[in-house]
Amino acid sequence: MTSASDTAAATATGPQPAASAGAAVPKASFDGWPVALVFGLMLAGWPLVGSTSTWLTLTMAGLAMGMIIFIIASGLTLVFGLMDVLNFGHGVFIALGAYLATSVFALMSGWTTSPELWRNLVPLFVTMLVAMSLAAAVGWAFERVLVRPVYGQHLKQILITMGGMIIGEELIKVIWGTTPITIEMPEALRGVVTFAVGSDTAAFEKYRIFATLVGLVVLAVMLFTLNRTKLGLLIRAGVQDREMVEALGYRIRRLFVGVFVAGSALAGLGGALWGVYQHGVLPQIGSHVNVLIFIVIIIGGLGSTMGCLIGALLIGLLANYTGFVAPKVAMFSNIGLMVLVLLWRPQGLYPVANR
Amino acid sequence: MLNRLLSHDLPRNRWLALLLAAIVLGLAFTPFLFPGTKALNVAAKVIVFVVLVASFDLLLGYTGIVSFAHTMFFGIGAYGVAIACTRIGPTWGAVLTGMALALLASLLLSVLIGLASLRVKAIFFAMITLAVASAFLSLGSQLSDLTGGEDGLTFKVPEALQPGTRYLDGPVLGASIDGRFLTYYLLFFAAAALVLVMLRIVNSPFGRVLQAIRENDFRAEAIGYRTVVYRTLASVLSALFATLAGCLLALWLRYNGPDTTLSFEIMLDVLLIVVIGGMGTVYGAVVGSALFVLAQSYLQDLMKLASLQLESAVEGVPVLAQLISPDRWLLWLGILFVLSVYHFPAGVVGRLRAMRGAAR
Repeated sequence: MTSASDTAAATATGPQPAASAGAAVPKASFDGWPVALVFGLMLAGWPLVGSTSTWLTLTMAGLAMGMIIFIIASGLTLVFGLMDVLNFGHGVFIALGAYLATSVFALMSGWTTSPELWRNLVPLFVTMLVAMSLAAAVGWAFERVLVRPVYGQHLKQILITMGGMIIGEELIKVIWGTTPITIEMPEALRGVVTFAVGSDTAAFEKYRIFATLVGLVVLAVMLFTLNRTKLGLLIRAGVQDREMVEALGYRIRRLFVGVFVAGSALAGLGGALWGVYQHGVLPQIGSHVNVLIFIVIIIGGLGSTMGCLIGALLIGLLANYTGFVAPKVAMFSNIGLMVLVLLWRPQGLYPVANR
Repeated sequence: MLNRLLSHDLPRNRWLALLLAAIVLGLAFTPFLFPGTKALNVAAKVIVFVVLVASFDLLLGYTGIVSFAHTMFFGIGAYGVAIACTRIGPTWGAVLTGMALALLASLLLSVLIGLASLRVKAIFFAMITLAVASAFLSLGSQLSDLTGGEDGLTFKVPEALQPGTRYLDGPVLGASIDGRFLTYYLLFFAAAALVLVMLRIVNSPFGRVLQAIRENDFRAEAIGYRTVVYRTLASVLSALFATLAGCLLALWLRYNGPDTTLSFEIMLDVLLIVVIGGMGTVYGAVVGSALFVLAQSYLQDLMKLASLQLESAVEGVPVLAQLISPDRWLLWLGILFVLSVYHFPAGVVGRLRAMRGAAR
């Protein structure tokens, strides 16, 4: 995030993806190659998919999936960056959010079946609110009970948070049962919006557009908080050099608890969105998404927010392209991408200093 | 003699020595002491888990790195034997071919994972192994032509090991001398040899370097040991031993499927056994596996009984009955796991060794 780490990253060389780097850079001082990688992947997907309309549909789906993954993973990467805590139990909050979504939707079934858009949006926003607040509360307890006693001990952290993940998942099974629960998509968000592309039509699912919009709002709020507020300044400083921030008199512990709780809330929100996106919930949702977000934050560079966004978009796009072109290799494409990125930049796309 | 066999790493506590002797003797004479299929199955599972857990301890306890892909190598071994026996037929050649191919596959995979992740940061290793293992699990259930998919593979072992093969008419001291009997002792002696080899490895200069890396990798690097090389070697060795444990399990079960070897539940079992037994001691694997597998095999029946009792006794509280139903076994494992990591990090062996002075 500082110029130091950026220049270090920029000097790393490797296979350079397709052009259009200059145009894609969002910030002047930014290392643009990873961003170019996203566009490169999109361009590479075009000839592979074949038809332009299908490609547009898949790209839109990939971006929506990427935004949801980003919402979930951003908290995890910040927690790691700030306090060097890798939370293997992040999946609990995702599962919690998704299951809360099923409960809220079941309770407000009268609202979701109404054909009016605003009446459909109410349960969605209630779901998001409930998922965020409860996940935040559980996250606070999780930090208090499980994570706090093992600061600075990586080995124990991994074991403890993994144990927390198991306990959380089992408790969810006790409350909601082990059978898959389906979620009925709200009436107005069902179906697709079609655009004419030449002689063909590209179909965008309405819900995916909605999810992308929510993701963009979260991204905007997050970027604003991180880059324009004092709180964000402290968080970024903490990621760079924890001890220095502490020495300047700021209580980094309190800051960290706040970030942990916010991260859990975001995971809950993302989980709710993900559950609706998948039209249902399985008890394994937490561990399944956990694996995805680990790949994302490894690709992005542990602790880096921008890297997390890029990684999430890459994974989302890749999952949709390979799901269409060669469904059998879909699971391995993620691993393959991770290996390629690590060969190019062993610390991830945007390495964070002193990690 | 015993001292050399145990690589000068004696139990160093009277109670621990007694416990170990009891476990080893119990396992050695199970076919005679506890007749019946269930007891023999439990004993065989203990034997396989001793090897599996000891190999994981090489990584977690001695080198201080966490891998979540250990069951993947376990599965590779089991699938190697299973696929070879299905494809080639029930011959010793098939078993050896499967074993060799499985070892090769594990070697390549572990070198790849190690080089890709261990040169950056140990924490990468935990995440990457988790990702790779879950991909492998889905691969195992998807490639149904080769692996039998979710149903797994049931196959025939070489004739000498088949249960139908009788070596002596009539039982000897309560044990029937048949193919199962032979398989059991094949497992027992193979496992004993593997554990002794691992004991040798961890007490060699190489093992000392691993422990040095665990304690302070920066200093180990400064002294002149390439920590990346040692870490990768440790992960490769541990993968190979896990593969062999998988081969043994396949020979015993004559079946292999995703749930028996690849599932995440087994990974959790292994983690828990290492922590309960004691990280950083091979003996911990022996004690932990025996305690855990016994508890798992007999406690779950007890839980089922208790939950049925409770369900009929307290009609209005289904949550309580659900909490102790055997389906929620993992919940209690998880809680036990967290508690032992906090309050019991040295495990049974560590505790016993710590009170060494008191015992004398």
